Amino acid sequence: MTKRIQQHASLWLSLAAVLLIGIWPIITGDALDRETAFTVLRAVALASSLNILLGYTGYVSFGHVVFYGLGGYVGFYLISARGWNLWLAILAGGIAAGLLAYLLGLAILRLRGAYFALATIGVNEAVRAFINNFEPFGGPTGMTLNFKVYKLYGGPASALQLSFYIIIGLTLLVILVSYWVRTSKFGLGLLAIREDEDAAEVMGVVAPNAKTWAYVLSAVIPGMVGALVFFKNGTIEPGLAFPLNTSIVMIVMIMLGGQGTVLGPILGAAGYETMRDYLLVSPLFKNLQLAISGALLLIIVLFIPRGLVGWLRQRYPKVRRLLI
Amino acid sequence: MDALIRSLIDGLLLGFVYGIAAMGLTLIWGVMNVINLSHGAIIALGMFSVYLLFTALGISPYVAVVITAILGLLFGIVIYFIAVHRVIDAPELSTLLATYAVNMIIIGVGTSIFKTSPRNVPLELGSVHLGPAVVPTTRLIAALVAILVAGGLFLFLKYTRPGRYIRAVTDNRDAAEIVGVPSAQVLALSFGLGTMLAAVSGALIATVFPFTILSGGSYELKSFVIGVLGGLGNPVGSLFGGLILGDIESLVPLVMPTTWTPVLEFVLFVVILLVKPNGLFGGEE
Repeated sequence: MTKRIQQHASLWLSLAAVLLIGIWPIITGDALDRETAFTVLRAVALASSLNILLGYTGYVSFGHVVFYGLGGYVGFYLISARGWNLWLAILAGGIAAGLLAYLLGLAILRLRGAYFALATIGVNEAVRAFINNFEPFGGPTGMTLNFKVYKLYGGPASALQLSFYIIIGLTLLVILVSYWVRTSKFGLGLLAIREDEDAAEVMGVVAPNAKTWAYVLSAVIPGMVGALVFFKNGTIEPGLAFPLNTSIVMIVMIMLGGQGTVLGPILGAAGYETMRDYLLVSPLFKNLQLAISGALLLIIVLFIPRGLVGWLRQRYPKVRRLLI
Repeated sequence: MDALIRSLIDGLLLGFVYGIAAMGLTLIWGVMNVINLSHGAIIALGMFSVYLLFTALGISPYVAVVITAILGLLFGIVIYFIAVHRVIDAPELSTLLATYAVNMIIIGVGTSIFKTSPRNVPLELGSVHLGPAVVPTTRLIAALVAILVAGGLFLFLKYTRPGRYIRAVTDNRDAAEIVGVPSAQVLALSFGLGTMLAAVSGALIATVFPFTILSGGSYELKSFVIGVLGGLGNPVGSLFGGLILGDIESLVPLVMPTTWTPVLEFVLFVVILLVKPNGLFGGEE
């Protein structure tokens, strides 16, 4: 039994961490706490998704926010203009993001290293610029949700509550997927690609397929999260849906916690959000929030490139089996 | 027809200025395989350098451009040793993030000092006739300065000892080290030259357009597009890439709404990355 628990220790730890963040505002019953927890869980879900591509496969997507934005737009459009319900809209957001990732994957995953990173930036900017001109989605002014929509979910207050439960569910789902990938044969193939793509192909990993599916997996949940977040916000516009900065913040979170591990992005996302909240309210650092985050990132990249979990694994060989 | 020629000339003039920013980006990529994500922040610093030297100290903007160039060179060397040198041989992600961290620090400090209100360098020099086109003199001078800088860089790389070192390291860093090229200094110098070009480009843009501390971001994206058009690692290609982009920007509004320009630019960018990763003028791999 203990061996069993040990075997899946990092899964239990990860799930427990997410549940803890999720249950805390339910216990305190404070709406402000709930909003904070929502932001943290959103960050955990996005970072853990990106980790499947960046951490396991070693492909640096700088424009990953494109899936979040697209899912957000598709979901929002279906709810506001087509009268779909939230569940179906979230599903549609995820499918739209997955489909885009599949099509893109066929094309741009041929590129390696920095060329791939640049292409993902280009894709994000192209989609953002396109939506800016796309009238059905409201062009540059975006769309606003009719307040009546929330009535279907028992009024705005309970719609917010419902959104919070959904984000907990989505975050738990990402972690299950992430853990499954990390421990499956498919995931081993991805890790092999990360270490040496040509060697992996020689050993029988069908790299183009594996990479494409990793890309799709890492895109679906951000699409669903996007649909949920913009439903909750009640408004969407290109600048809010496709901020390149958010993409990079996702990478920073992964680096902070440790890329290529299940637990890392969770710790990184929670840690980063907590720090940012603290800096934003502190009168001394409020204005320098961005600069301090930058300095922190630089220190991590230069001195602790494996992140917190990677550092723990290296420092204490005994926990290596527990923390993956 | 006149409108067409006018737009073409306008685009060409801007293209030279965009071109040298992209030259900086692609020089750094060519020498050390680093995509410098602090490029936009440095362009913005170049803008503010001219602005402050002109409005606070009353120095002529074109003298300020020279001072900005020197500051840019030194600043780049400092950035290289602090942020890049340690991770120069690590996977791309490290250098991408390290330079992005520098970007965050500059923009963070910059926004807290200058806020994000728009500024401009109040410089009025009238306009000149170029064939059928009437262009603001500032734009013409900016283009001429950009051509001078590009030419100077070309001569520097071709005929001076440090320039030859840079080309040697670009070709093969290990081999260059074996024959005694001091590679750390050469890399630092190249990074400095790259940021110098960004700063000069920003300084010239400031004499033409209004700007904020965040403006650098969009010019950085333009530099990516141009760099890829001309071939990453090919500084001369960048200059031509700049001309192409400048003309796309000035010709597209004649046939469709201006807001479609970025769509075209970025689609072109991704397509070229896929089809001709060595740029329009590059050979096969």
